[in-house]
Amino acid sequence: MMAGRYTAIGITVAVLAALPLAVTSNEVMMFLILSLMFALLGQAWNILGGYAGQFSFGHAAFFGSGAYATATLQIHLGLNPWVAMVAAMAVGGLVGGLIGALSFRFRLRGSYFALITLAFAEVLRVVAHTSDFTGGGAGILIPLDERAANFQFESRDVFYYVILAMVAGSLVLTRALEDSRLGAWMLAIRENEDSARALGVDTFRVKLTAIILSGAMAASAGVFYTQIFLYLDPGIAYGVGFSVEALLVPIIGGMGTVFGPLVGSFVLHGVDEVTKELTGDAPGLNLALYGALLIVMLRFLPDGLMGLMGRLRRAAGRRQPQQAGRLKEAGDA
Amino acid sequence: MLEFTILVPAVINGLLTGSIYALIALGLTLIYGVLHIINFAHGALLMLSLFGVYFLHSLAGIDPYVALLILVPAMFALGYGLQRTVIAHASHGKDENVLLVTLGIALIIENLALFFWRSDTRTIDVPYAFDVIDVGFAFLSVPRVAAFGAAFVVAGLLWVLMTRSDLGRAIRAVAKERHGARVVGIDVDHIFAMSYGIGTACVAAAACLLLPTFYVTPQVGNAFVLIAFTVVVLGGMGSFTGALVGGLLIGVVESLGGLFLGETLGQIGIFLVFIAVLLFRPTGLFGDRA
Repeated sequence: MMAGRYTAIGITVAVLAALPLAVTSNEVMMFLILSLMFALLGQAWNILGGYAGQFSFGHAAFFGSGAYATATLQIHLGLNPWVAMVAAMAVGGLVGGLIGALSFRFRLRGSYFALITLAFAEVLRVVAHTSDFTGGGAGILIPLDERAANFQFESRDVFYYVILAMVAGSLVLTRALEDSRLGAWMLAIRENEDSARALGVDTFRVKLTAIILSGAMAASAGVFYTQIFLYLDPGIAYGVGFSVEALLVPIIGGMGTVFGPLVGSFVLHGVDEVTKELTGDAPGLNLALYGALLIVMLRFLPDGLMGLMGRLRRAAGRRQPQQAGRLKEAGDA
Repeated sequence: MLEFTILVPAVINGLLTGSIYALIALGLTLIYGVLHIINFAHGALLMLSLFGVYFLHSLAGIDPYVALLILVPAMFALGYGLQRTVIAHASHGKDENVLLVTLGIALIIENLALFFWRSDTRTIDVPYAFDVIDVGFAFLSVPRVAAFGAAFVVAGLLWVLMTRSDLGRAIRAVAKERHGARVVGIDVDHIFAMSYGIGTACVAAAACLLLPTFYVTPQVGNAFVLIAFTVVVLGGMGSFTGALVGGLLIGVVESLGGLFLGETLGQIGIFLVFIAVLLFRPTGLFGDRA
């Protein structure tokens, strides 16, 4: 039974792993790579927002910190990028822990939590903009050196398998979280924080763990971004764009589900590509579309595409529960 | 030691800028007080109003102050319609969803503006833009002094509306206890939309007062929206007095911060005030509940 909960992940990853065999175009490869990267970032948001119910509007704070950590550690300390990745995830977790410790200690929720995460992302953006260590407004450039030991690959395919492995890891982690006591506590907090506390859940520690996990995972997406593009500037790394994508992807796919972010990311970027085909690369149009999608999803499918699939499946098998209900009524009588 | 002649104009300048912040924050705090959500579309609506002023002036030759008469009702109608048709339906009554819906609206407005009008910086040319009054220790820009006065007039009008009219009483009733208000026969959905409309109208007023001495780009709202959040949080969410005092205070903090720390780091000062208030006094200076 427990193993069965992981088969869907295994099949999904196997199918995704076979995709490059069918793809020859560089653009399609890039589309797949970026969709997976945003699935990873979305999963990070999903752990904190979808499972623990804390809506962050500033996940760029973690993404950008991971990105800048890996870049600066390589440039200034000459650290190997793979080692820097681990350090960058720790930095992401630390930033998450600090923001979480402050805001959860002071019982910030809902609108207040969303605002403070947004504010922290902005502060970090301004700091990255003014500090020489991060290259200021001009940004930071990582020298091109395409070696596997250097986390830089000539072939897009290898980048694809690296990000696929990271996404697979995030899926397994999220599934394990669902099955764990910590996951159950997170759901309890999402549904009713006061009741959860009354029942003895240490809400502060659970939320703190969630934001640390989320921060480290978002940072890993930032690391991957840095390694594939080899350039960062404050407006990109700490920009509102990543914060919006981080929350949009799980909302479209389905918050609080393992596959939601993955589904959401492919759908979102698929739609994005189609509009680009239709309208040309017009500035702003894709983000306007994201906004519209966000509203439409909340209006018609508040539990996302995974929720829709679940409802369709239940509709298909509706006869059985009804019969069970009738039997129960007969038993009560 | 800084000279009196630098410090005083900096403080006065801060107060003048702060009055615009206050006006924007008044709309935000009204919406928060009634709907209990933070209107993430506030900056985008300000930007839209600024473009409204710009086009009324450049295409029809209408003076920004005359444009008040057109834009304030127009933006009120837009805000009313947005709440009635989009926000109310898409949120399913959950506060988190309202937050996300207003974020979605902001994304749409901002990026359509970017698409249609590009990111060029636009300004209008009015004959009185550079008029100054010499008050002895400082030169005051006439349009900015006008904005300062107008901010107080608008705040006064809002205060009268809230305390003396049936609409104001209904808004306050819904803000305090929406279920109770419904029970006594208040049309809560209408009041929600009225509040959102009035909040948006405040932004339109701010835009008309701002543009003679400012500029407009599709991203200009972002510069104001976090400041407006800060003002509202500092003043106490839902408090009108708080928005007014908070706006002036933040204007001065920004002006002095820019003077002592330089432009970019001065910005950080505002965010730090924001974070500190959120953490240590989320009820703000004048708020009565968390």
